[in-house]
Amino acid sequence: MIGIIDYGVGNLRSLRNAVDHVGLDVDVLTDPEALASCDRLILPGVGAFGSAADSLRARGFEPALRAHAAAGKPLLGICVGMQLLADVGLEFGEHRGLGLIPGKVRPLESSREHPIPHVGWNDVKSQRKHPVFDVPKKNVDYYFVHSFYFDPESPDDVVAVSEYGRIFATVVARGNIVGCQFHPEKSQAGGLAFLERFAAWDGTC
Amino acid sequence: MLKRRIIPVLLLRGDRVVKGKQFTDYRDTGNPVMATRVYNAQAADELLFLDIEATVTGRSRLAEILSRVSEEAFMPFAVGGGIRTKAEVRALIAAGADKVVITTGAVERPEVVSEVAETFGSQCVIAGIDVRREGNRYAVYVRSGRVRTELELQDHVRKLDELGAGEILVNSIDQDGMMGGYDLDMLARAVEATNKPVIVCGGAGNFRHLEEGLRAGAHAVACASLFHFGDNNPPRARAYLKNVGFPVKTV
Repeated sequence: MIGIIDYGVGNLRSLRNAVDHVGLDVDVLTDPEALASCDRLILPGVGAFGSAADSLRARGFEPALRAHAAAGKPLLGICVGMQLLADVGLEFGEHRGLGLIPGKVRPLESSREHPIPHVGWNDVKSQRKHPVFDVPKKNVDYYFVHSFYFDPESPDDVVAVSEYGRIFATVVARGNIVGCQFHPEKSQAGGLAFLERFAAWDGTC
Repeated sequence: MLKRRIIPVLLLRGDRVVKGKQFTDYRDTGNPVMATRVYNAQAADELLFLDIEATVTGRSRLAEILSRVSEEAFMPFAVGGGIRTKAEVRALIAAGADKVVITTGAVERPEVVSEVAETFGSQCVIAGIDVRREGNRYAVYVRSGRVRTELELQDHVRKLDELGAGEILVNSIDQDGMMGGYDLDMLARAVEATNKPVIVCGGAGNFRHLEEGLRAGAHAVACASLFHFGDNNPPRARAYLKNVGFPVKTV
């Protein structure tokens, strides 16, 4: 079963509908103890890094999430959920992330050509093969809404990138952990295919 | 590269989709769930639902309609009509909305724009502006085009930008439903007054009109009649705009 972690930030209805639509057994989890019964987890997120990190910890999800990750079971972070995989977030001060993929979360720079937030459809270019994100022939666009980006320490953790004023990581992965900056649940066929691949992934590369 | 968007608009009256001319003379064009299914199959970039009666009657079925469409369409939804409070926005987001459009509320209760932007992020707020041309100026109208205000277009754009709107939607009442092209002067004035993405609406009757809107600086072009009448659809519009050199979504 896929568990979607509900730690009180944002609406999970669209994500749940999308996972449900691709025919997968899904549950939205509000109790950290329920995490242990899931073979894979999705960590969603919207809003500010600091308040998301605080909320995740305040609700007691961190130990169960770490246990899941340490057991080698697949974990997908989406948007701010992906950013929470980093060590540190630099949004309204410095905040501690989960540190599952070494790196920092930094602000995108605003300009007349590139107003912030970065909202809309953008292409995602593959940097290396990965079971969850493999786009061999043509680039498909995905839907983004964010003002900060994940800057991984190691280029080996970058699976795909996008460009908006700068080039930044949009799919990151290390071992059984993967994260995407775009919203698969709002990205039509390409997004649903991404969720299907995550659901079929055993957590190895 | 970020893509330019083509946004089909679904005007709602009760639980039906309607289409009018110059904000009047509305005709029934169908059921919102069916229309969404079609736009989803055509991979429309985003959908915009506007309840044209909500401000006037104080009632809206937006949340209910949205919860039905969000079960089968996995794309961004923007919704508007009668929004005045954060609580209403929260309910619409819970029903599957990604963004809200605030038009009359942004004039009659401007603080709602900043309240929503602070709580849900500026990307969540599209400030709507309905205007009519008056000689060399544009007057802002509210309540589905029924009530004229003393506000002028550019001043209002600047104010909504400062209040924290993430995008500005400018709609020409004169051009609405006429299919004679966008009011490009109106668009250019809005674009000049803000760095925020501007969505132009009202008047698109063919793909050339969409091109003109993008050339005049719109980040996104919204249209209703273009897709409601005739055999035009979002994939064809994207193909046309790609041919004339604009980045559009690849599916």
